[in-house]
Amino acid sequence: MSRDPLLASGRVEMVHGSGGRAMSRLVEALFLRHLDNPLLRQGNDQAQFPVEAGRMVMSTDGHVVSPLFFPGGDIGSLSVHGTINDLAMAGARPLWLSAAFVLEEGFPLESLERIVASMARACREAGVAVVTGDTKVVERGKADGVFITTTGVGVVPEGVEISGDRARPGDAILLSGPIGNHGVAILASREHLGFETAIQSDSAALHGLVAEMVAAAPGIHCLRDPTRGGLAATLNELARQSRVGMRLREESIPVEAGVAAACELLGLDPLHVANEGRLVCICAPEDAESLLEAMRRHPLGARAARIGEVVADESCLVQMETRFGGSRVVDWLAGEQLPRIC
Amino acid sequence: MKYIEEFRDGSTARKLAGAIAREADPEREYRFMEFCGGHTHAIFRYGVQALLPDNVRFVHGPGCPVCVLPTGRIDAAIELVERHDVILCSYGDAMRVPGGGRRSLLQVKAAGGDVRMVWSSRDALQVARDNPQRQVVFFAIGFETTTPPTAVALQQAEAEGLENFSVFCNHVLTPSAIQRILDAPELREMEPVVIDGFLGPSHVSAIIGSRPYEYFAEEYQKPVVIAGFEPLDVMQSVRMLIRQVNRRQARVENQYTRVVSREGNARAKALVAEFFELRRSFEWRGLGEVPYSALRIKGDHAELDAERRFPLSDHPSREVRGCLCPAILRGTRKPTDCRLFGTACTPDDPKGSCMVSSEGACAAYWTYGRFRQARESAA
Repeated sequence: MSRDPLLASGRVEMVHGSGGRAMSRLVEALFLRHLDNPLLRQGNDQAQFPVEAGRMVMSTDGHVVSPLFFPGGDIGSLSVHGTINDLAMAGARPLWLSAAFVLEEGFPLESLERIVASMARACREAGVAVVTGDTKVVERGKADGVFITTTGVGVVPEGVEISGDRARPGDAILLSGPIGNHGVAILASREHLGFETAIQSDSAALHGLVAEMVAAAPGIHCLRDPTRGGLAATLNELARQSRVGMRLREESIPVEAGVAAACELLGLDPLHVANEGRLVCICAPEDAESLLEAMRRHPLGARAARIGEVVADESCLVQMETRFGGSRVVDWLAGEQLPRIC
Repeated sequence: MKYIEEFRDGSTARKLAGAIAREADPEREYRFMEFCGGHTHAIFRYGVQALLPDNVRFVHGPGCPVCVLPTGRIDAAIELVERHDVILCSYGDAMRVPGGGRRSLLQVKAAGGDVRMVWSSRDALQVARDNPQRQVVFFAIGFETTTPPTAVALQQAEAEGLENFSVFCNHVLTPSAIQRILDAPELREMEPVVIDGFLGPSHVSAIIGSRPYEYFAEEYQKPVVIAGFEPLDVMQSVRMLIRQVNRRQARVENQYTRVVSREGNARAKALVAEFFELRRSFEWRGLGEVPYSALRIKGDHAELDAERRFPLSDHPSREVRGCLCPAILRGTRKPTDCRLFGTACTPDDPKGSCMVSSEGACAAYWTYGRFRQARESAA
């Protein structure tokens, strides 16, 4: 790549976003090379693809994480997983992605290539393709390295009706695995905090797990991935959308020891810490066991647990029996806990 | 988490709850003030109140450093940023407190002011090293616990000759505040506080030791139990307080012996004494002007004192009308007594300081306490 005179400086320059030859070189040498597929190769300003029968879903997600590279992932893989997961939470099979890059002048091309290669790997593993894209360059200081916005399109199988407003009193609340890993991994990788952990982000594409779950129990009521704001925010959102309350048991919520220790040290509540590869499932009580079995058979759900029940409650409170034996409200996080985590 | 989980064990808590229920005299009330925000937080987070008999109640004290900071000091910090163009390094919680003009440091940052969140005084020093062309001020707040780290930063700055670093000192002293609360009945403008005993601070006492509380116990005939921050520490300390009250004793007992000694941390105290001296008086939110209740940087280190380095205007402190923070901080009112609570004042849009910090009584009530409230109103 560096032999190309238009890329020789090794850094993103304003000219790479100008629409001229330099931009075309960047697209070919970097984006096309890694993300290559027939639809992208067509080189049009849009991608054309046949529409499948049934319902389609669409979702978009902007990614501005800092730092760009963190234990267990980077902004590239995160931007693929994030949008795939938003589609998967409708029970959908993701098909196509678009990717828009905002690049900061001066950003090393080598880092950009690592990010794009990581996106390509995440796409291959997930069986999706980036079929259209866009690149803009802004002056130094007007962005922080790279921002990536991805949009995804997927198809929902017949008979699946998953929505945040379908939780009913008596329903079971399931969680696919330990919480807080992503947020703590990001925090630990910020240099100035000066502590080291072996904790990796849980960043992963969840549609494979969801497909197994939908096969086991097509009548799942709600699915959601507890990203920013953590499990607490997700459950409060679902409670409000469905006009119900929830009752959790703290001892049944899995938290890895390292995550618990880091949260303790920094004064964070793991319930408020972000995840990028976990999901919450709300289902009829009679489906809970078969769903848990299906989840535990999948590597991303190996430590799935039933963490509580939906209850009737007009004020839509999420309550928790503490391990200590008391009770408390699990509220949304007020203010920001960690800036720019996804 | 070894050595932590042991202090959060549910079955031990139930046994202790049983013992407390047996020992508490049903004919009387027990009102114990937990001075520290750390205790307030533990009480709510673990639901400790639910494990105690109804006649044993906590009165939440003023021990949240962000909560007791008067609005005038926030306005002075804002002036440092906007008029003197410094980089202001602040602990996260302090950035959300609205000043007298209703603006917070977060809003100042959004408007282009260079305010940076730091996790320690060490981070602030690093900002100064990284920006030699800019003046960097560390917005130092907190009780005796955060004072030694600020002293270390001052020592380090002197050793390195970091000329662009200074400290805006707002460190306050726990014993003076406790005395102020106990003196309150004598003060015309304040309502009397009914307190049967104190849960003494954990981390503060690790520095200053348990000795400074001996005076209150004796002079005001109030039992003090220095309590750890874990929920079992709190429950055991409540039991110790109940026993003292039942026996009409007023002693300082130390439940937190795994950390606190009678004399405290001599090295930390010496370091603080080297860099700080008592202010004649300092304004506390809720308590007003309290004599000899805060520290300032000593004259021999005056060049590191942001208040001396930058000319600052006088910022009188102002409260939002109807805000009960002052009474709540003194323990005479509950957050739910305030008509702004949960309506005009929420953690998303805090009007008073007690709603800002997670350690503040109002925020703790809001975040964790509504469960109990909902249950009480249903009953």
